Amino acid sequence: MSGLLAQLVTDNGDLSSTVQIVAVIVTVLLLAFVLELVRRRRLVERYALIWITAALAMVVLAVWRGGLDFFGNLIGVADPVNGIFLIAFAVVFALLLNFSVAISRLSEETKILAQTVSRLDAEIRELRGEGPTANGHEAGALDDPEVAEQTEILEN
Amino acid sequence: MASTNRTLRKLAIVPAYNEEDMVGRVVRDIKRHAPDFDVVVVDDGSVDTTAFVAERHGATVLRQPFNLGIGGAMQAGYKFALHRDYDVAVQVDGDGQHKPEYLPEMVDVLQTSGAEADMVYGSRFLGDPGYKVPFMRKLGNRIFGIVLTRICHQPITDPTSGFRMVNRNGIELFARDYPHDYPEVEAILMLHSNRLRIHEVHVKMNARGFGESSIDYSRAAYYMVKVMLALFIGLLRRRPTPMDGPPPDTGEFRAVAPGAASAGAHSPREEEGKA
Repeated sequence: MSGLLAQLVTDNGDLSSTVQIVAVIVTVLLLAFVLELVRRRRLVERYALIWITAALAMVVLAVWRGGLDFFGNLIGVADPVNGIFLIAFAVVFALLLNFSVAISRLSEETKILAQTVSRLDAEIRELRGEGPTANGHEAGALDDPEVAEQTEILEN
Repeated sequence: MASTNRTLRKLAIVPAYNEEDMVGRVVRDIKRHAPDFDVVVVDDGSVDTTAFVAERHGATVLRQPFNLGIGGAMQAGYKFALHRDYDVAVQVDGDGQHKPEYLPEMVDVLQTSGAEADMVYGSRFLGDPGYKVPFMRKLGNRIFGIVLTRICHQPITDPTSGFRMVNRNGIELFARDYPHDYPEVEAILMLHSNRLRIHEVHVKMNARGFGESSIDYSRAAYYMVKVMLALFIGLLRRRPTPMDGPPPDTGEFRAVAPGAASAGAHSPREEEGKA
C-alpha cells in the first residue's frame, strides 16, 4: 500500500518535472520570440515592455515551482490555479482594452491624414491646372454620349 | 477682409462612393439649379471612375485614399469648406437622392432665419416624401425622431435625412468633429449640444440610396443600436463650448455671425498666411 503510494508520488513527481521542463522551454522560447520582435523593430518599445513583462512572469512561474502557491497564499486564493486564471484573464482584458483604445486613436489619426491628403491632392491638381473642367457644360461634357443620355433621362 | 454683407460663398458637398453613373448628373443638377454653389465631390475611395466623371462635370474632387465611410467623407468636405472660407455648406448625396432644386429655398431659409437657424435640413416627413419610404427607414426615423424631439425640445421629423445645409457655425463644428458610421442622427445631437439652431423644410426625395439596408434586418438592427448608443453617450458627454467667443444664442454673436468667416481669427488660411 505504502509502496503504491510512493510509486504514485514519484510518478507524479516525474510527470511534474516533465511538465515543468516543457513549460520552462515554452516560456523561454516565448520570451526569446518577444525579444527578437523588439530587436527587429517589429514591436515598438511601448508594447514590448508589456509582453516582456508577461513572458518573464511566465518564465518565473515555470521555473519556480512554489511560486504559484506563494502568490496564491499572498492574495488568499484557495486554489492557486484559479488565481492564475483570474489574473491571466484580467491581464488579457486590460491588454485588449488597451489595444482597442490604441486602434481607435490610430484610425482617427489615419482618417485625419486621409482627409488632409485628399485636400492637398486637390490643391496640387488645381495649381497644375489639372483641376475640374472650368465649365463642365461647355467643355465637352455634353458632347459625351453618356452624359447626353443622362441629360435626356433627367429631362423626361 | 470682406465686409459683412458680401455675397455668401456657398459650397455643395457631394459624398460619392462608386457613383459613376449618378455623380455627373448630381453635379450638373446642382450647377443648373443653384449656380451660385461651388461643388466639391468627395470621392470616398471609389474603385470606379467617380472622380473622373465628377471632375469632367466641373466639380472639385477630394479623392480619399481609401474608404472612410460617409462620416469621414463628409468631414473632409466640411474641412475643405472651412479651409476655403465658405459661409454655407450643403450635403447633396452623390446617389441622386437629394434634389438640388431645393437649394435656393434652403439658402433663403438659412439667411432669412439667419438669427434662428445654423442648419436647415430637408425633411421628407413634413409632407409627401416623394417616394415610397421603406418601412424600416420610416420606423428608424420615427424612433430617433421621438428621442431627438425630446432632447432638442423641437420637432425633428426626419433625423436620418442627409440633405442638410449649415452656416459657418455648422461648418466649423463639423470640420472639427463629425460622427463616424451613421452620422446624421448623432450630428443633430451635436448641433443641439453646441447650441446651434436647427430648422426643417419640407423636401421630396428620390428613391435612391440605402435601399439595401432596409432589406437587411440585422444591419438595420445594428444601425439602431449603434445610433442609440451614440445618442446616449453623446448626452453623457460634457457639453463642449462651441467656439471661442460668445455662445451663439446671444445677441452679440448673431450680429457677428454673417461675417464670422472673415472675422474668425483662426481660420487655417490665415494661419498659413502668417507662417
